[in-house]
Amino acid sequence: MKTMELSLTVNGHARTFAIAPGDLLLDVLRREGYFGVKRGCEKGECGACAVLLDGKPVNSCLMFAAQAEGRQVVTIEGLARNGRLDPLQEAFLDHGAVQCGFCTPGMILSAKALLDHQPDPTEEQVREALAGHFCRCTGYKKPVEAVLAAAAARKTRSRRKPAAEVMQ
Amino acid sequence: MSSRDVVGQNLRKVDGVKLVTGGAAFTDDIQLPGLLYGKILASPYAHARIRHIDVKKARALPGVHAVLTYKDVPRVPHTTAGQAWPEPSPYDTYLLDSKVRFVGDRVAAVAAETRAIAERALKLIEVDYEVLPAVLDMEQAMAAGAAVIHDEPDSTKIYDRDHNIAGYILREIGNVDEGFRQADLVVEREFRTQRQQHAMLEPHVSIAWLDPDGRLVIRSSTQVPYHCRRQVAMILQLPVSRIHVIKPRIGGGFGGKQEMLLEDITGALALAARRPVKIEYTREEEFYMARSRHPQILRMKMGVTRDGTVVASHLKVLATTGAYGSHSTTVQGNTGSKVLPLFRTDNMRFECHVVYTNMPVAGAFRGYGCPQGFFAQETVADEIAAELGIDPLEFHRRNVIRLGDIDRLSAQLGEGKEGLPRVIRSCGLPECMERAANAIGWQKRGARTPACGADTRVRVFDSVGHQDAGKSPGAARTSACATRRRGFGMACTMQGSGIAGIDWASAFFKMNEDGSFYLQVGASDVGAGADTVLAQIAAETLGVTLDKIVITSGDTDITPFDVGAYASSTTIISGGAVKKAAEKVRSQVLQMASKMLDAPAESLACADNQVFTTQGERKSVSMTEVALQALYREKTQIMDGASHFNTDSPPPFCATFAEVEVDTETGQVKVLHLVTAVDPGTAINPMQAEGQVEGAVTQGLGYALTEELILDGQGRPVNPNFLDYKIFSAKDMPKLTTILVQTDEPLGPYGAKSISEVPINGPAPAIANAIHDAVGVRIRKLPIRPEDVLQALRARQPEEVLVAK
Repeated sequence: MKTMELSLTVNGHARTFAIAPGDLLLDVLRREGYFGVKRGCEKGECGACAVLLDGKPVNSCLMFAAQAEGRQVVTIEGLARNGRLDPLQEAFLDHGAVQCGFCTPGMILSAKALLDHQPDPTEEQVREALAGHFCRCTGYKKPVEAVLAAAAARKTRSRRKPAAEVMQ
Repeated sequence: MSSRDVVGQNLRKVDGVKLVTGGAAFTDDIQLPGLLYGKILASPYAHARIRHIDVKKARALPGVHAVLTYKDVPRVPHTTAGQAWPEPSPYDTYLLDSKVRFVGDRVAAVAAETRAIAERALKLIEVDYEVLPAVLDMEQAMAAGAAVIHDEPDSTKIYDRDHNIAGYILREIGNVDEGFRQADLVVEREFRTQRQQHAMLEPHVSIAWLDPDGRLVIRSSTQVPYHCRRQVAMILQLPVSRIHVIKPRIGGGFGGKQEMLLEDITGALALAARRPVKIEYTREEEFYMARSRHPQILRMKMGVTRDGTVVASHLKVLATTGAYGSHSTTVQGNTGSKVLPLFRTDNMRFECHVVYTNMPVAGAFRGYGCPQGFFAQETVADEIAAELGIDPLEFHRRNVIRLGDIDRLSAQLGEGKEGLPRVIRSCGLPECMERAANAIGWQKRGARTPACGADTRVRVFDSVGHQDAGKSPGAARTSACATRRRGFGMACTMQGSGIAGIDWASAFFKMNEDGSFYLQVGASDVGAGADTVLAQIAAETLGVTLDKIVITSGDTDITPFDVGAYASSTTIISGGAVKKAAEKVRSQVLQMASKMLDAPAESLACADNQVFTTQGERKSVSMTEVALQALYREKTQIMDGASHFNTDSPPPFCATFAEVEVDTETGQVKVLHLVTAVDPGTAINPMQAEGQVEGAVTQGLGYALTEELILDGQGRPVNPNFLDYKIFSAKDMPKLTTILVQTDEPLGPYGAKSISEVPINGPAPAIANAIHDAVGVRIRKLPIRPEDVLQALRARQPEEVLVAK
């Protein structure tokens, strides 16, 4: 059944997966153990399956896996570096923005895409960035606060960055 | 309170890191060799008998390993309601049956090597249906000549099957008729509420397999692992000891997973195929093959004296449970018992018929009957206050239940039987009302201000997410000034904390070499943070830091019994068990330390991972030293467990205040600000408690304004997807203000009651009352759609409303 080879980069690592032509990116990623990619609706409506494709959030349930050939995919598993959580992940924990956690990976990835392009977003921009992610637990208030706090933390961290690199 | 180290602190969720890093935490996050995909063939008809069913072609399809129809499985009447045994819900459901009772009812089930093969196999099943007349209107269900939905003789506990009545309730305290005679003003109104869906982001999913000992393992998205185990054992006719139910992380439940929904059929397929089987609802299936909130038609009648004292209340309800009676009498019982006693009159009557219809099945849903009841009661209260010329806030101050009161209606209306009287031992409702009123700016109420006044808090997005576009700012401003009106509304609500005399829980601790404690609880964290709250209670009681508590929850092999996550019970009931068990273990720790420190145990205390003397010379040992002493010198495992239940269900209280803007040209209602003040007792983790409030009111906003599963004339769902069934997104939200008014509840661990249900009750009535304040019309049905507002505006004095001041 698996008749194609798919070569792509997942979380910075070159990977090759055997796939069928009709396989969805969502199904392939979950099959390969990227469980942070959630199946919420399979219709592109809820945002739980979001991944970053070349830095932009996409619903992996609306893409054939084959369309990711040669591209950079980042899942939630790829955010922590050397055991250090991304400031967004830290902020989601500190601000109580995680309840059941099912929509959380998608929200964090869309927030990351936002902050990578707009390091100092307004609340409206954060709400716009999260609008494609339904959350039934939080009412969005704490996720929005977490993203704004992470933006602030990233600025502090980026100022400190050279020193951190010297330490390594 | 200030002396507490862990309870009351805003600590991170104990399971948080795995959730933010995509750890394999949820039911479907495992890979099992040989896993088969299960699918259910759903009835296309609302009511039909299966004359003939032929599965030969489906069974012959390569890759298909099991096909089940009613001919292949035991016929055991049961309820899917995840309630304590003996469940008060009717036993009217079968694993598979020769009759189908709603569009989406089970006809057959298959297990195949891929999802595609399973879907193809469903198409190969040949079914000859005898289509029966269907009951698709709850007001017609009891009528003479209506089709009888449960004509099978073996179902039990149905109130009146010949008239499609699943349950009937009539309770009265005092003398209601006499009460109304004493009233100077009696207002009676009819309200209609809709079918709301839980829409948790993780659909229902169950995976079943046989372990090497041949026991049936079911890994499932459930709020009730123990009830599930008991019910599956009964349905599949296996001993309870041959079933192991595992509840991993759950992607939201809200009552929808207080239901044995897929576990039985998944287990049956695994037994038939002798291979692991997974059934996961698609989003579409989730909308109509899972559960919903009970739609109701309510007649609320309230009598008051001229000075604004409530002297009698009478609530009459017609509700539909859909095709099966899951949670039928208990949800509706709550509509009376948790709603009417908010106003302290001696005379209350509650009457309710719960009827079967050939529609999707209703069940438990956050609020559990209260959102319907409070919508009716709080709207009538607002109308009465207006009629008497009293500020609704003042009307509530005079009439709401208060400290020391005894709620006698609850004594009559328990979970399927007589209940227990509720004594109000903690009550922060007055403070909730005052603080919420201040936060919303209640003094501005009644001004019916145009939207372009001095207040500039006009948000860019309306309640369904349409951005104001296409108009120049000037044009929008002019239009808004002419046609938009602001208004304020309020509602007071309450709930319970566990089911008195029924809900119970247990917990078990053992101490490890490093001074940490392993905590096993049957409680089911469904995403609301129970594991964290229970671990905080444990850490506080044992005097250790939160990282010293390792918690495992909701696994029927590993953890002791718990009824599960429902009825706002976990913090107070499971938390009570954890505290009791921790106190027993602490006394063992102190005994051990007493020998080590050569000091009497009574003089010792523990805090910050140390045991120390509190009198005389300060001496201490670390928890690690105590553990090593016990395990390797004394050869004793420090361990203990405890069980806990309450004979009362202390209510959390809530005041909800809304500010809305109504567009009189379009009928669009935009909520500008929603303030929720809640008395949860002690908030064990205030940050998490706030999160519960914010999530609940967001579901309450959808209930008020946008959410309804619509059925067509044949009982088929019209909008089973997130595009057509509108839940609020981040962009649609009004400003939310959350206020915790903490009290000290004597029956709760560290004074805690509950929080996660009560805030959902307030938004609908508060918004409806704010709409009235803004434009002078009463909307008595949910959801309040723009067309409802527009119709009401046009029906009543259009010139007064539409002309700008």
